[in-house]
Amino acid sequence: MLMLVAMPIARAADIVGIVIFKGTPPAEIPLTQMEDNPDCMAMHTNTPTTHHYVVGPNGEFGNVTVYLQGMDGKSTGASAAPAVLDQKGCLYTPTIQAVQTGQKIIVRNSDPCIHNVHITPTVSGNDEHNDAQVPGAPDLTYTFSQPEMFMRFKCDVHPWMFAWVSVFDHPYFCVSGTDGKFVIKNVPPGKYTIVAAHRKAGEQTAQVEVKDADATVNFTFEAK
Amino acid sequence: MNINCDLKSNPWLYRFAVLTAAATFLLLGAGGLVTSHEAGMSVPDWPNSYGYNMFAFPISKWTGGIFYEHTHRLWASAVGLMTTILAVWLWLKDSRKWMKWLGVIAFLLVFAQGVLGGLRVTMKMDSLGVFHGVIAQTFFVLTCAIALFTSHFWIELAAKQKSFSVPRGLRSHVLFVTILIFLQLILGATMRHQHAGLAIPDFPAAYGKIWPDTSPDAIARYNQQRIEATNVNPITAFQIVLQMIHRIVALVIFAGVAAAVGLSVKRLGGKDSLTKLAVFWLALIVFQIVFGMATIWTNKAADVATAHVMVGALSLVTGALWYIIAYGRSVKIQEAETAPLEAFGALAANK
Repeated sequence: MLMLVAMPIARAADIVGIVIFKGTPPAEIPLTQMEDNPDCMAMHTNTPTTHHYVVGPNGEFGNVTVYLQGMDGKSTGASAAPAVLDQKGCLYTPTIQAVQTGQKIIVRNSDPCIHNVHITPTVSGNDEHNDAQVPGAPDLTYTFSQPEMFMRFKCDVHPWMFAWVSVFDHPYFCVSGTDGKFVIKNVPPGKYTIVAAHRKAGEQTAQVEVKDADATVNFTFEAK
Repeated sequence: MNINCDLKSNPWLYRFAVLTAAATFLLLGAGGLVTSHEAGMSVPDWPNSYGYNMFAFPISKWTGGIFYEHTHRLWASAVGLMTTILAVWLWLKDSRKWMKWLGVIAFLLVFAQGVLGGLRVTMKMDSLGVFHGVIAQTFFVLTCAIALFTSHFWIELAAKQKSFSVPRGLRSHVLFVTILIFLQLILGATMRHQHAGLAIPDFPAAYGKIWPDTSPDAIARYNQQRIEATNVNPITAFQIVLQMIHRIVALVIFAGVAAAVGLSVKRLGGKDSLTKLAVFWLALIVFQIVFGMATIWTNKAADVATAHVMVGALSLVTGALWYIIAYGRSVKIQEAETAPLEAFGALAANK
């Protein structure tokens, strides 16, 4: 008993940081195709634009998927809370998110119009789906068994609608917020390779060591 | 096969064959609009539409991409019905045995095309879309050929002495260019069914160069800089090379058709109907190149890209009909009845 009290207990800590985009990102463009669809336009005062690059006034880079490499086989997806992907205003919300293998993804239609949920995985073992979802239809639920980066969800009825969901075989990931900040929670002590991936800006990696206290890693992407 | 010297044209059969060919041409346009609007999978089920019988799907639900996909299905059903009627009509009323079988081939092809279109949806296979597009072009050539063979013009041609034959070299040249156009259409269909938008966004340069950089770094840079408004796939090096080949083949086709005009004038004379058809062919190719450039300059506007598909189909058909007519003019009268089938077979065998 005395021995147990005296021994230091290794505890999990968080990895925190901020992602910055240096330079001017490509200009987003208006979704002019939506203007031909009165049902969708009725839910907007102005024509929405694309939002591939979510960059704050000081370069805070949102929608960057940050994860630890080499952690496969530790999924807790079966018991994790489901992730929700909503179709609202003929747009997917959120555009970028991440889940674990086996974790449920609930796709909801909050719109008064028809959508089709067309998921186009590229990794073997993850099945393609194309399901109709009329207004008021029950939520659709999907799970994926293989890790995959940026699996595309799209609507072919409204071809400007798309979202990407990354699937990890572990719980050590997150997506940076509009303030560019990210937190990967409850990481066991150890040395890791951490990756920041943006669908268009590419990938960056860094080494990080987690001890008793939170570790900090920052990433900077530059305009090409 | 015996020649039927008292063969007479059936004007209503001919008119119906022309109508079927015209409907097929519009169907090609409807199909082009489906891919141009990236709407091919907007109706997830088949042969039903969102659980409804296809023909009872409420018009109020024909919104967005559904409008293009669903009207394509309905129009395809109409063309399928017309082709079935045409095949039965040919079987019952056309005295030429090979024409009866050409009608059967058309029926089988349109049936296979419909099933292929459905399987492309239910099996979610992009590659089937390429075959669907290519068979559509082949079927269009077939319906136009049937219209030609049922025409008074063709019956008269078969009955005439061959004093106005077309030199074999000129015929071979046109056949070669027509096959090249068909290969170009396969390239185009492959590009469309990559669902990647414009792999090269500029013209006449390609990413500012004569030949674009296709290294992995360059591809990453292109994708980073590209802001897509629709759900297209990322650009790959393969797609860029494909578009470059498409551009080069377009120039070769232009040169080939221009040469066909020159050779026709020289060998047949400026007033010959085939020379005039060759000039029309060249005009189509010029239009086609303009629509190709406009497709890039408008960032693949759906109507422009669809016009590019339709003029491409007309270019193929014009070359094919030119060759068939030239063949019909050049064989001896005893061979006239088998000639069109051989001519069409020669085209098909080279595809």
